[in-house]
Amino acid sequence: MQEPEIIPHLFRTEYRKIIAVLCKRFGIEHIEIAEDIVSETFLLASETWGQKGLPVNPIAWLYTVAKNKTKDFLKHDNVFTQKIVPEIKLTSSEREEVELDLSTQNIEDSQLQMVFAICHPSIPVEAQIGLALNILCGFGAEEIADAFLTNKDAIYKRLARAKEKLRAEQIPIELPSPQAIDERLQTVLTTLYLLFNEGYYSASQNITLRKDLCLEAMRLTYLLSTCEQTNTPAVNALLSLMCFHSSRFEARTNDKGEMILYEDQDASLWSKELIEKGEHYLNLASKGLRVSRYHLEAAIAYWHTQKEDTTEKWENILQLYNRLLQLEYSPIAALNRTYALSKANGKQEAIMEAEKLQLTDLHLYYSLLANLYEELDKEKALMHLRKALSLAKTSTDKNMLEKKIQKLESN
Amino acid sequence: MKEFLLVFRRDFDSTEAQPSPEQFQAMMKNWQDWMGSLAAQNKLVSAGNRLASEGKVVKPGNVVTDGPYVELKEAVGGYTIIRADSIEEAAELAKGCPVLAIKGNVEVRTIIPM
Repeated sequence: MQEPEIIPHLFRTEYRKIIAVLCKRFGIEHIEIAEDIVSETFLLASETWGQKGLPVNPIAWLYTVAKNKTKDFLKHDNVFTQKIVPEIKLTSSEREEVELDLSTQNIEDSQLQMVFAICHPSIPVEAQIGLALNILCGFGAEEIADAFLTNKDAIYKRLARAKEKLRAEQIPIELPSPQAIDERLQTVLTTLYLLFNEGYYSASQNITLRKDLCLEAMRLTYLLSTCEQTNTPAVNALLSLMCFHSSRFEARTNDKGEMILYEDQDASLWSKELIEKGEHYLNLASKGLRVSRYHLEAAIAYWHTQKEDTTEKWENILQLYNRLLQLEYSPIAALNRTYALSKANGKQEAIMEAEKLQLTDLHLYYSLLANLYEELDKEKALMHLRKALSLAKTSTDKNMLEKKIQKLESN
Repeated sequence: MKEFLLVFRRDFDSTEAQPSPEQFQAMMKNWQDWMGSLAAQNKLVSAGNRLASEGKVVKPGNVVTDGPYVELKEAVGGYTIIRADSIEEAAELAKGCPVLAIKGNVEVRTIIPM
């Protein structure tokens, strides 16, 4: 890797590790100290490496500098000495010796504990996602803004507020107790699930960034699966779901970055490796007694890896959606269930069911109705497509609907 | 929106009214599709439960008799809780219930929150 690329790359992979260890050391209420130390470390790296060239081992270089900066900080910062040292109960001799533990084990432990600190029930879920991207994944405000289709200032403000909340709540950086871990894991999994969806369904045109978001969500979920206390069936189910979904990454956009619908995808581009991984984690997930929404969604995603339209496939998908909706209602699941119903029980029944949903503020609702009417009543299908177009928000959706209207009109 | 209890009654008694394994399989799909339909409309509060045919009735004076309260020809087989704007809408939703296909019936009752 060349110099101009290596710093952003290391920033992404190492920032989050060092910051997790520093936060663990100082407490999350002093997150700004951790951020300062890591920022200064990377600043020095870009200056020094620019002049003298890359060191033999850049990561070891970064760790040494971070350790030294921490030592300096502990020696010289007055506020820290007077206010914080008594809190973290360091004697002066300990302060002299203190060395940041950047061993692989401590990095992994600290990161895992940071996941629980950030995905804490007292932090609003929107803030959790921003913090997770920033602190757990090492994304800058600009990248986060790009993913959320908003501006950098808005993200800065959102992150600042979220960090204020972290400090105010004084959330300890530790694994929850065995009694509390299942409940706390639910919050963590919700955030990781949303983080993945943010990448998978984002309207952002930046495909590399969207993939990175998905990969980061997978990495954090995988991290949970590597620790005995957090390796639960629901964690494996979510990981399985993520593997199945991301197996279609290469097939779901064309070279212009436009979406290709599932039905039109080239199945030879689906990643066999990720499908096999998905099956592996789904097997591991089936060991528990409780069926979570991730189990059901992973099973639905499994059936979608079978390209061939069989009765068995759609009947299974329909029954899984029936169960998913009984567990937790969502408009998107209601629409997908109705699509599965049309494949399993026929279009007439699906149209009757679709008319009952009345999700009249969603363009996808009208896209579904158009799909169901397409072969039975062209005029009705066109009417629904036009209604969908009037409700669509992103240019990708609008383009796709315009193309469909043109195609149907010329038929 | 109010909540309504749907009580399903059917014939537990006569042998010709009992489903074969294949019929039972098909019935399960119909039930799941119906529940799924209610849930997709966000009208399902609780899928509820099925009830076994055996039961006991306790009466004043420590009298305990076997069997459900009413005649077995119309015994309670299960219940579900839904939400709807009115009892008329709730009754409309109940029209899709698969118990009707095996000559059972659905009683719709408004739930009064305690």
